[in-house]
Amino acid sequence: MLNITLEKRPSDSKTMSYLSPLFAILLTLISGGLLFATLGQDPFHALYTFFIAPLTDVYGWTELGVKVAPLTLCAMGLMLCFKARIWNIGAEGQFILGGLGGGYIALELLEAEGAWVLPLVLLFGALSGLLWGALTALLKTRFGANEILTTIMLNYIALNWLLYGVHGPLKDPDGFNFPESALFSDFATLPVLSDDYRLNISIFFALIAVAAIWALMSKTLLGFQIAVLGEDKSAARFAGFKEERLIWFVLLACGALAGLAGVSEVTGSVGQLNPYISPGYGYAAIIVAFLGRMHPVGIVFASMLLALTYMGGEMAQMDLSLPKSLTGLFQGMLLFYLLACDLLISYRIVRKPAARAISSSTNPAQA
Amino acid sequence: MDFELFTNILFATLRTGTPLILIALGEMVCEKSGVLNLGQEGMVLMGAALGFIAAVVTGHAGLGIIAAVLAGMMMSVLFAFLAVTLVSNQVATGLALTIFGTGLSGFLGAGYVGMAIDGIAPFPIPFLSDIPVIGKVLFSHDPLVYFSWFMFALIFWCFRSTRLGLTIRAVGENPEAANAIGIPVMKVRYGAILFGGAMAGLAGAYLSLVYTPMWSEGMSAGRGWIALALVVFASWKAERILLGAYLFGAASIMHLVLQGLGFEASPNLLAMLPYGATIIVLVIIASDAAKAKLSTPLALGRPYRPQV
Repeated sequence: MLNITLEKRPSDSKTMSYLSPLFAILLTLISGGLLFATLGQDPFHALYTFFIAPLTDVYGWTELGVKVAPLTLCAMGLMLCFKARIWNIGAEGQFILGGLGGGYIALELLEAEGAWVLPLVLLFGALSGLLWGALTALLKTRFGANEILTTIMLNYIALNWLLYGVHGPLKDPDGFNFPESALFSDFATLPVLSDDYRLNISIFFALIAVAAIWALMSKTLLGFQIAVLGEDKSAARFAGFKEERLIWFVLLACGALAGLAGVSEVTGSVGQLNPYISPGYGYAAIIVAFLGRMHPVGIVFASMLLALTYMGGEMAQMDLSLPKSLTGLFQGMLLFYLLACDLLISYRIVRKPAARAISSSTNPAQA
Repeated sequence: MDFELFTNILFATLRTGTPLILIALGEMVCEKSGVLNLGQEGMVLMGAALGFIAAVVTGHAGLGIIAAVLAGMMMSVLFAFLAVTLVSNQVATGLALTIFGTGLSGFLGAGYVGMAIDGIAPFPIPFLSDIPVIGKVLFSHDPLVYFSWFMFALIFWCFRSTRLGLTIRAVGENPEAANAIGIPVMKVRYGAILFGGAMAGLAGAYLSLVYTPMWSEGMSAGRGWIALALVVFASWKAERILLGAYLFGAASIMHLVLQGLGFEASPNLLAMLPYGATIIVLVIIASDAAKAKLSTPLALGRPYRPQV
């Protein structure tokens, strides 16, 4: 038997909370290498293809930005909720609703011209996401319904709503019966930073959100209240913080941010409504928030890594003819390893004291 | 609505409810021991994927079922190691298990999407299945439907009148006291989690080998999560799980009912029904919080770490 055991640390280790994501990434890379080897690939070449090759040119970096923007927006919203210990899993549904709501307006305004079209579309997208978040908040504060389950159910409802739209009323009449809407007009399309790339201004939305939420959490009373509510509910009550109002705030903020991410996606790199507007950004953003240590700066870096897993999956499919779903596998491994490594924040590995080793070996007699 | 259609709807309700019964019974046992495993969805997907793969590779659907059960158990061991041995946060670990299982099953099953297999054939019980209406509704199913009834009876009996049931409950109510009277808390929890994994894997096999039969990514479509709500709705009672699962089964096949009544409705809108119903159920449960608290295992979600 292994001669080691876990021992609770006197207080949580700050160093370890920063090292843990790095350990998790390392373990994911090792496991990934082993996995590639069993699949008959050269592990180093395969890891290079997955994690490095996508970023060897400017195009790759701009594509990274295309994916970082929605991931960061969703993760910033989730971070607020998780800080308050509200287990909101609903960013995916809020993202889809944002895309659907904004997309609906964009389709209504196909003929409209003017600079006002895009802001209106974005506003409606964010509002749609916000309303979806409001539903969760209502169910939580008014009825006390468990938010994990309600948000997951709302995700599935949102997806089916989108499917209903693109198979039904929002389907392009000239679209050869494909489940897609018409392409949005130029006035309802996010401007790109350069005509050679797909990267659009939604990356600035993400950066603004990072700055705003960083300021909110570190400089304002509201941010402090959110943090206290998450750390110690009874302390928050004792201090007279309005718990319900805080819950409403974090869920609405997350809904609006994820909705903005969704509408930016459909008016940006997608350009229409179709069943695949989200490759699971709302779920991946959960991993981003945890991996980024619930800190705005950490979240930016974690978003980049998760964005890379999407690109790596595509690259592995093209160059190594491996399934694209490697992306989900790497994301899942990352989160699992992270949770395991996070134990080292409050526990440390020590050698088993000799006395215990003896007592455990004499256990059968005891029984 | 004509009579044959009515029979068909009841028949389909039982079929649709079966995976929910399997998952929810497994999760109930797990929660009775004080462990909240939110990884059901991931374990179901792994069961569905590996069950399907094994059935295709070996050509035997029966081996597919065994593979699915083993897949579910392997996933649950991962959870148990983190949540029980390493006392990690059960909510986060369960979520991670679902995300991991979704990813891994999608990866493993990627080469099998769109393949068709024969699946498991129905097994009408001789004589009984010849009874009009009841024979068709109750006794013309595939073996897994009967097995879900058997498991229901077994678990009902286990918690009503066996020492094992009492032991599991003791661990879920007060692990410290259970430990003091010599119950191996960790082992009981491991066992309950493994049982939950096996049942979730089996439910996955039901989906990919009987219900559809095929494999597609994310094919469980939230059933693992609905089953979690079902356990609370049933206030941890096996007989109510049976009832609740069939109610959800009925909600999921509303399109059949509406077609029978002569209505046309979008399949996507109707697909929202079970999820909407789950939200309503969650509201109902929460509105009677005091009662729900009475039946909740006291130590649910609370990690136990033996004091040395």
